[in-house]
Amino acid sequence: MKREKMTRPCQSLTGMFCTLARPLINTVASARCKDAPGALQPFQRFARESGKPLKRLEWLRARAHRAEATVLMRKARPACRTSWLFLPGLLAICSTAFSAGAPLEGTIEQTFGPGHERPILVSISGLSGEAAQILRFDLYVQGFAFTDAEAAQYQIIGSNNGNLEARVIQRINRSELLGNRVYSGPFRRQVHHFADDFVNAVPGHARGIAQTRIMFKGEAAGASEIYIADFDGHESQPMTRDGSLVAAPCWVPHRLAAYYTSYKLNHADIFYHDFSTGARRVFARYGGSNMSPAVSPDGSRVAMILSKDGWTDLYVANADGSNLRRLTKSPQDESSPCWSPDGRWICYASKESERRSLSVISPSGGAPRRLTTRLASSPTEPDWAPDGKHIAFTSQNGGNFQICVIPAEGGDAEAIAEGEDPSWAPNSRTLICARRAGGRGNYVLCVLDVGTKQVKDVSRISGISSQSQPSWAK
Amino acid sequence: MKAIQFSKLLVLALTLTVAATGCKKTPVKVMDMNGPRAGYNEGPGENNITNLPPTEPIKPGGEAESSSRFKEGGIPLVGPDRFRNYIPHPEILKAYSLYFDFDSSVIKSGEKPKINAVAEYLKAHPGEALRIEGNCDERGTEEYNRALGERRALASREALVEQGVDATMLETISYGKDRPVAPGHDESAWRLNRRSDFVVLTPPPAP
Repeated sequence: MKREKMTRPCQSLTGMFCTLARPLINTVASARCKDAPGALQPFQRFARESGKPLKRLEWLRARAHRAEATVLMRKARPACRTSWLFLPGLLAICSTAFSAGAPLEGTIEQTFGPGHERPILVSISGLSGEAAQILRFDLYVQGFAFTDAEAAQYQIIGSNNGNLEARVIQRINRSELLGNRVYSGPFRRQVHHFADDFVNAVPGHARGIAQTRIMFKGEAAGASEIYIADFDGHESQPMTRDGSLVAAPCWVPHRLAAYYTSYKLNHADIFYHDFSTGARRVFARYGGSNMSPAVSPDGSRVAMILSKDGWTDLYVANADGSNLRRLTKSPQDESSPCWSPDGRWICYASKESERRSLSVISPSGGAPRRLTTRLASSPTEPDWAPDGKHIAFTSQNGGNFQICVIPAEGGDAEAIAEGEDPSWAPNSRTLICARRAGGRGNYVLCVLDVGTKQVKDVSRISGISSQSQPSWAK
Repeated sequence: MKAIQFSKLLVLALTLTVAATGCKKTPVKVMDMNGPRAGYNEGPGENNITNLPPTEPIKPGGEAESSSRFKEGGIPLVGPDRFRNYIPHPEILKAYSLYFDFDSSVIKSGEKPKINAVAEYLKAHPGEALRIEGNCDERGTEEYNRALGERRALASREALVEQGVDATMLETISYGKDRPVAPGHDESAWRLNRRSDFVVLTPPPAP
């Protein structure tokens, strides 16, 4: 079935205007309301619903602590048209603000605060059994929560006799957010498709991820294989059947392919495996161990940990294996490299004077820069968000492992949930990670929403004792 | 009339500004995920991860020889194919596995006699090689442990080289925490899993 054309905010001039103005509103709102996190919610909901421009901000702020959110929004609505008169000034501000948004010199506050957002309330009616279950999972891990129709901001009304059919109403003004749509294809895909249509229609919300996939290591009876599954863990299938050990799969952006460590040739090598053709080649097979491959966002280079020169150090090579370059030279450990989305930096776990830390280095060499991770102990396994704003990592305190998030330039860490080895979704707000369960050596995968700290375990594969080292397709 | 011209200018300015700044900063790659290039992420009915072709035999690649350009940063290792046809004998030096402290690759003084014994064995058996396998307990994250296991193997190798063993007859591998010998989840198991094992490799019999 052909995909329906989706109405994106950028498709109309008004939409463009709203898209530009919204981060700015949230920026100023976050800055002003730091000491009163509860007061942020009316702003965010307001901005989400109306995309109200900057002009109303002072007015809103003055009333935010006194007025109830819904009253506030009703009062504000009629002012929408007059905002066009303020365009030139606003544009100037926007251009300045947006051009300053480079990852490592960012001056704008993020449009969502990790761990400090409240979920968007949604009601679901007419959908039964599996359809409702799939939809709830999809939405919960993107920052939505569920309530009855009267309390919901968005009402999802649907039916699933045969094909899924659904529409979405905004409770506040009874207007239609999403007209009735009928879906076809495999059933789970129908629901995921609708979830994406809905999330993409919610103003200001990160793009839907319900139709994306994950790759991970699955272990059973002493052997491990590479698996691919839908992001909720369903529809999984093994991509290797070597009966050997694999580790650290890294999904190549925009391709059905991966780099991973394999012990298939009685040695820890890095393979490149194109699943769409079945072709597989040795990417790195140097003396010692070849570990932790991380492909750059444009697919042109691979960072990795090698011990060929006698120490475990960080190296980078072109995607065809040529032009190998050693980036660190230290008898201490380096591990788990990842790339900034612009490909200009590699972040990795390092150790300085017996303390674990995260460092950032240029792929063309030079001195590494230590990243500040206040409030988090023993950081490892960094992963850089696709929008460049945050870095997620594992913090270890004794036997406890937490997923933490810091601004990409370093700073205070926000603990999000229990887990290890995070990988960002393409929406830059949802993470997948591994959590120790059952026997302490075994892992289950879970998906978590950074904004609201909402967490769900993904579906487990029967017969597989441990699922870990997830990599989210981007 | 003037008002109309002014508003036309406004629209033009808006379009140009958005073209110059706004759209450049939208996360194009994120938008791309439903695009035609994202073969793993098609819409319904276009699910192309079913009926994939089987995996082909592994093609060689990479650069198998070890570079010695960075001698000052450790003792370079020989390439992995040097001992490809050698026969492994894990039982010979089984009693000489080295054990490590938590999160450490330092060889404890109590383990030095084992290093001496392994070195003596290798000197007495010229032509035989040694694979040093680094392992970790289950605490610590996976890839951190893989690097730590390799450092344990490398530290063991350096200690042997100090005892006069030929570095080109020693290879290393790390299993991280993938191959525990003790299955428990307490210190009595962990201390047995933080180890490096020595596997003797004998040359293949002459044809």
